[in-house]
Amino acid sequence: MKVVASAKKLAVPAILLVGCALSCSVSNSNLVDRYVELVVMYVGINFILTLSLNLVNGYMGEFSVGHAVFMAIGAYTSAIITVKVFSLSLGPWIFPLAVLTGGMASALAGLLVAIPSFKIRGDYLAIVTLAFNMIVKSIIENVDFLGGPRGYLGIAKLTSLVWVFFFSFMALWVIRNFVYSNYGRGVVSIREDETAAIIMGVDTKKVKIMTFMLSSFFAGVAGALYAHLLQFISPKSFDILKSTEILIMVYLGGIGSIAGSVLGASVYTVLLELLRPLGIWRMVIMPLVLVFLMIFRPKGITGLREFKWFIPSAEKKIKLFKHKV
Amino acid sequence: MNKQIILSVKDLSVSYGNINAVNGITFDVTEGQIVTLIGANGAGKTTLLRAVSGLIPYEGTVSFSGINLKGKTPHEIISGGITHVPEGRAIFGTLTVMENLELSAWVVKDKGIYRERLRHIFSLFPKLEERKKQLSGTLSGGEQQMLAIGRAIMTGGSLMLLDEPSMGLSPLLVKEIFKVILDINKSGKTILLVEQNANMALHIANYGYVLETGKIVFHGSKEVLSGNPKIREAYLGV
Repeated sequence: MKVVASAKKLAVPAILLVGCALSCSVSNSNLVDRYVELVVMYVGINFILTLSLNLVNGYMGEFSVGHAVFMAIGAYTSAIITVKVFSLSLGPWIFPLAVLTGGMASALAGLLVAIPSFKIRGDYLAIVTLAFNMIVKSIIENVDFLGGPRGYLGIAKLTSLVWVFFFSFMALWVIRNFVYSNYGRGVVSIREDETAAIIMGVDTKKVKIMTFMLSSFFAGVAGALYAHLLQFISPKSFDILKSTEILIMVYLGGIGSIAGSVLGASVYTVLLELLRPLGIWRMVIMPLVLVFLMIFRPKGITGLREFKWFIPSAEKKIKLFKHKV
Repeated sequence: MNKQIILSVKDLSVSYGNINAVNGITFDVTEGQIVTLIGANGAGKTTLLRAVSGLIPYEGTVSFSGINLKGKTPHEIISGGITHVPEGRAIFGTLTVMENLELSAWVVKDKGIYRERLRHIFSLFPKLEERKKQLSGTLSGGEQQMLAIGRAIMTGGSLMLLDEPSMGLSPLLVKEIFKVILDINKSGKTILLVEQNANMALHIANYGYVLETGKIVFHGSKEVLSGNPKIREAYLGV
């Protein structure tokens, strides 16, 4: 039993190591088409975005519609660090730190959104987040230092498959552990019934702050990866449309589910690429897919359920027990 | 009979906008007793309980074991020893029975106490143990009420606020729930019971208050209240 237990403890670093090595060798060899590699990286970035928004919209049951704003803050912060603060030669070494700093800047912005969420929920909070998205976009458009509406140029291509894998895995691991912790239970209890959560002694203010900050942190990380993959960011890349895209991936995959976020991000990103030959028509087909999904499967592909691998082993024991009793 | 007053409410008023839901209520709850507040719909019973556990702002004072609760967050009040079983049960439907109970770990940090309370709940409600891995939203109404009470016991506390535990239950289940309330009381908890089912409530209570449109109109011991012809007519339907 001890061997099994220690093997389980090593599982997380082992997967991380093998995954990094694998993605490193793939991107250095010519085995995989560059285009396919690019799409895979987009899937990874979109996964981080989807999972982070799912934390707020799916697990906590709030309705945040301006998620791209956190992406923007992460993207601009990290880009300033790699371009202005450190010279390009230092860039590759500084990159992971820049990504994390971008995430932290976003987390601070998340704190701002957490405050109105103490008082308001539902549609009203949605409007607040929408307004926040517009405000930040206008600020970026009007600050010359950030390039204004022309966008920010001169970003080096520092995002590689390895980094995308690394940060996707970190997002998955951190959010999984958060969701199955006592805090995570608190998050779900707020979704189910906030008053009942309060009288169970859940410190709902603390939970909301933590959740909004964690969610925006990973959105910032995704934004930083996005900026250093595309090598160009402009306020337009982080408008309401981008926020809507993230929302679509969340609801397509399934709310309150990590597996749903994996599926939502992959299906949406890959399908959009596959439909590329159709040109502008893909923007007709994608919404139609969504309309049908909402009619026939409103909970999304997975809908509140979870793949076994994403459930911590301590929780699994209970689930297995379920059928025996 | 040297019992202490555990909860003391003085001149409590709550208003929603221009409407006064509770209008200058004063009452006491003595330690170890079951005290009931009876009254019709809209009398302000639920509002009163919500004010006591700090869920809504109010005027006047509420003190618990001599400590003024004004300005305290609900989180602090719950940790401080008041438990609240809300109206309409309000269980967390997509969580399992066990997960509903586990949420109390926000207040209960000691594993030993946690296990002891869990055992106590499963002895009170054997049904909950049978169904501990079931999603609580799929439980029957009675089982959900048991879970709501069980969940409140998990958070500990010496005073339990019970808001209409009989709501939407069959007469047989109501009897069962009230028997459990008596058991909980015997195990040492003081109970403040809010009920529309005045018959049942007065049956188990030591003392009662009658609420009408935000004011207390009668109060007295169980015998006094059940003996009063006006109350018998208006609330007991005899």
